[in-house]
Amino acid sequence: MNTRIGNIASNTFREAVRDRVLYNLIAFALLLVGAAILVGQISIDIERLVVINLGLTAVSLFGMVIAIFIGIGLVSKEIEKRTLYTLFSRPVRRWEFIIGKFFGLAGTLVVNTFFMAIGVFAALLYVSHHLQKPDAWLLVALYFIILQFLMITAIALLFSSFSSPLLSAVFAFSLFVVGSFAEDLRGFAAMTKGLTHWLATGAAYLVPNFSALNVISSVAHGEAVSRQLVFYNSAYALFYAALALCGAVLIFERRDLK
Amino acid sequence: MKPARRTTMIASVLLIACLSGTVFTLGRVDRLRTGASLEEILYISSPKVLKRLSLGYDGLLADVYWTRAVQYFGNKHHSNAENYKLLAPLLEITTYLDPHLVVAYEFGANFLASPLPDGAGEPERAVQLVENGIRANPNEWKLYYNLGFIYYMEMSDYAKAADAFARGSERPGAHPFLKILAASMAQHAGELETARMLWITTLESTQDKQIKYNALAHLRALKIEEDVTNLEKLVAAYEKKTGHLPSSLNDFVAAGILPGIPADPSGRPYKLVPDGTIVVRHPDDFPFITKGLPPGQQAPRPDFSKLKLELPH
Repeated sequence: MNTRIGNIASNTFREAVRDRVLYNLIAFALLLVGAAILVGQISIDIERLVVINLGLTAVSLFGMVIAIFIGIGLVSKEIEKRTLYTLFSRPVRRWEFIIGKFFGLAGTLVVNTFFMAIGVFAALLYVSHHLQKPDAWLLVALYFIILQFLMITAIALLFSSFSSPLLSAVFAFSLFVVGSFAEDLRGFAAMTKGLTHWLATGAAYLVPNFSALNVISSVAHGEAVSRQLVFYNSAYALFYAALALCGAVLIFERRDLK
Repeated sequence: MKPARRTTMIASVLLIACLSGTVFTLGRVDRLRTGASLEEILYISSPKVLKRLSLGYDGLLADVYWTRAVQYFGNKHHSNAENYKLLAPLLEITTYLDPHLVVAYEFGANFLASPLPDGAGEPERAVQLVENGIRANPNEWKLYYNLGFIYYMEMSDYAKAADAFARGSERPGAHPFLKILAASMAQHAGELETARMLWITTLESTQDKQIKYNALAHLRALKIEEDVTNLEKLVAAYEKKTGHLPSSLNDFVAAGILPGIPADPSGRPYKLVPDGTIVVRHPDDFPFITKGLPPGQQAPRPDFSKLKLELPH
């Protein structure tokens, strides 16, 4: 079972790595990181901040775009090319296919993030001439960005398991936007009463909370991230990704592929 | 020539021609629209709405708005603008998006507080901005220094300046001058030495070259003010004693009152003019001077790119 998931994951990784769109996005993200150096020069005293803020935002947003646009095609492409039927003619379970695809794309995103992070640190080194101790918190911000990727990849797979690529992209992107407002949604739920309160609270907990995973602004100022936040954010992201994957498996198991 | 190659050639030439065409026409359009400056528009003025729209990437948006504020101020300052109406909203948005962006409070408040046309001439809003900064960053001694500076320089409120300096002096890493400044506000407010201490603190506490040049230019102006005051006192004493004005500063040297003709900070000797006042030979080298200007001439606008100032190491 583990070998089958591993094989699907490594094939997904290889397929994603061959995708030209991926390289364009990475190149563009690295270009943005480079541009951060120029932007810092037309402002006052914020060269380091711009490199960190723009660099990490580029890593996060481009990673999200990669996760969504590759994630939504993971299932539909296999159906379109009819490779899915070949795959299922072998002893591969549907849930193994979904989990394998998830790990394949997650691996791709981790490798991408690694290369883009090198770009960010190189730009930072160019601007500051040396790295400082608080810069280590950037690694925590990058780790949180990877956690966001795991969540959005699972979400993209969930939508991909029952919808067309276009609609899946719209749904996944909308959920990313709504997820950025998750804390406001919870605040809104707290202000309501009765049935609305329950519905709003349910919705607030159901949408992914991306805002807690965004510490770019605070690490840019060298502020420390507490161990508890790292632990609970990790647990939350893993629970949420597992939740979305379970949903994807449940739907895909029942999907008529004929 | 093969048809494919010919197509490539034609398309390449057309591409370059069209690119030149767009640059040319855009230049013409810009010339037609000189009065319609896009920077005068703040499409979204609510900091709260902008924070929501940033989707959590508020740090980056704050950097964008701070850069926009710097560019706005720079353009307005360069064109001797009569108003800086967008400066305060831009700074308020910046600091709402990133309350820890100390640089925006620090320099933004100076942009706001300086009188027109050098700044927005809004010291009250500058004070409000720095007070917000202190609330969000209570340990940043530079913010207390800025607050005291504005109260002292732009509002002449020495009691509040003393209070700000005193509060700042208790913060970790505060410049030692803050304690002295707080103490000297009560007795020596308005004196040259106090102003000198303020500018030295500014010079030593910033990494920004423009701010360093500004502080250095002010220190040079203070030196001239001090020299001219002293020399004019000598001239007055000479006139009282002899009944006539000295013909030149050489008279003091000949009389053994001065060891040599004093020089301004650029090394050029001061000049005595027939009405008995002392002037500098190249006033354009000294922005911010209030004394030593030839009759009828005003202090030049600061343009640090034209001045040859050497920063202390």
